[in-house]
Amino acid sequence: MTVAQTVELGLDENQRDAQWRLALRRAASFLLILLLLCGVWEGYKALGQATRGKVPFTSLKLPIRPDDKSMPHLWTIGGSLLQPARRGGEDILLVILLKAALFTWREAVMGFVGGSVIGFLLGAIFGRFLLFERSLMPYIVASQTVPLLAIAPMIVIWGGRLNWPAWWSVSIISAYLTFFPVTINTLRGLRSPNLTAVELMRSYAASEMQILLKLRLPAALPYIFTALKVSATASVIGAIVGELPSGIQDGLGRVLLTFSYYYISGPEKLYASIVGAAALGILFAVIVALAERWIVPEGRRLSE
Amino acid sequence: MNTVISVSGVSKVFNQGRDNRVSALESINLEIDSGEFVSLLGPSGCGKSTLLRLIGDLTSPSTGAVLVNGKSAAQARRGREYGMVFQQATLYDWRTVSRNVQLPLEIMGHSREQREARTQEMLKLVQLESFGRHYPWQLSGGMQQRVAIARALAFQPSILLMDEPFGALDEMTRERMQMELLRIWEQTKNTVVFVTHSIPEAVFLSSRVVVMSARPGRIAGIINIDVPQPRNFETREHPRFFEKITEVRECLRQGETNTHKGPPS
Repeated sequence: MTVAQTVELGLDENQRDAQWRLALRRAASFLLILLLLCGVWEGYKALGQATRGKVPFTSLKLPIRPDDKSMPHLWTIGGSLLQPARRGGEDILLVILLKAALFTWREAVMGFVGGSVIGFLLGAIFGRFLLFERSLMPYIVASQTVPLLAIAPMIVIWGGRLNWPAWWSVSIISAYLTFFPVTINTLRGLRSPNLTAVELMRSYAASEMQILLKLRLPAALPYIFTALKVSATASVIGAIVGELPSGIQDGLGRVLLTFSYYYISGPEKLYASIVGAAALGILFAVIVALAERWIVPEGRRLSE
Repeated sequence: MNTVISVSGVSKVFNQGRDNRVSALESINLEIDSGEFVSLLGPSGCGKSTLLRLIGDLTSPSTGAVLVNGKSAAQARRGREYGMVFQQATLYDWRTVSRNVQLPLEIMGHSREQREARTQEMLKLVQLESFGRHYPWQLSGGMQQRVAIARALAFQPSILLMDEPFGALDEMTRERMQMELLRIWEQTKNTVVFVTHSIPEAVFLSSRVVVMSARPGRIAGIINIDVPQPRNFETREHPRFFEKITEVRECLRQGETNTHKGPPS
């Protein structure tokens, strides 16, 4: 065995070891933070109830009432998942949430994919033609300052005129919220190679297309994935907000709206739904992150 | 010996017609023969890198012409006659070492078998056979630069253009890399144009040293390095080596004085 081979093997084993340690550390820190958050919630409740809703040793009111209506116990929230959402209803809350989440996710995935493709194409066009960037970028930025709540009903109405299924409109709203970070980061990523890297390609007499495919695009991938992780969660928010004016009954938007009406009688259900919606966003972002691990080699990821 | 690179009456002006107009090169004439190892040596700002980039058609002259085997530099670049090595190795860090060496071959449409065979050969040439599957960031600076050399030679260009390739390396690595480069040059018989600001490096490597002076960039003198070939670690202790270093240094100093006096009218 040559020295070089020994070095190679040693390197690989160390790397694998380090990866495992890193994964373990991450899982541990995730659990620790989760426990800490639970502790803060229950601790606040216990403390607040002991002082009858006052900041200790003062007569100042605590901002949130520590009673079981405003802040149900975590086990109440967890327990509500396993009970029927309505008296006499068939499905337990967990099943309702899962079905709604799956429905919303379909809208979000379509919006995410459509928005990302459009976002990427815009970024690629802007990257190639400065003129387009100069002339169109202000509108792209403006599109994101318009409140989503203002345009969502319009998109729903236009979709209705064209007889689209209602959830298509929701996907479009979701895409609207998704494409912007992808455009910005694609543009940045495509421009990230330094002059020498481009000149190397010129010295090979590479075509514009080859420079794009073999240099600019691979260089842009870490930037694009950073945007996709942001977009994944944004697409879920877009879908939930989009469901409200479209009158869709099957998604998380409707579930959240319904339980917010019944907040007084059953706050734990609203809390459980909020956790469910957040979990969906996180899950989506994690899936994108896993795709990144698979596609982008480890030394190049930006967000780690 | 037949002339491969011929630079005639070349000048280069940056920001022509503006306040920050800079005359980087003025009336450069230079002929380089096939298989020569020529260094461009001078202080920073003397336009040595610009001259290299003119030869490689990465920028074009304001006046004059660069001919390579009778064709324009642009034709030579499109004909893939140049292998380039820069101060930064500029390896693509999403590619393994092998795939970096393969890059020019991919661009030029070689088959997979050709690419792999050629890459093996090249990695062997720079003595990195067992590092093909490593990523660039796993290698030291010197190893990265060896990969860059392997990549530049992979498609068998006739001319190797090197822009301060060892400038970012420490002194020990640098001397090792110089030996390495000479060994490769003896095997491949390329024509090499090598930019450096190190006098010993230029003298040790070159068959001729082109000494340049700054503002505007000019050729102050061309010095034949008749230190015996092949060069090795003993060369650095050879009396002729020291004489040549002195001669180059003298030439550099003269170039400087002339500049301070201003251009001859």
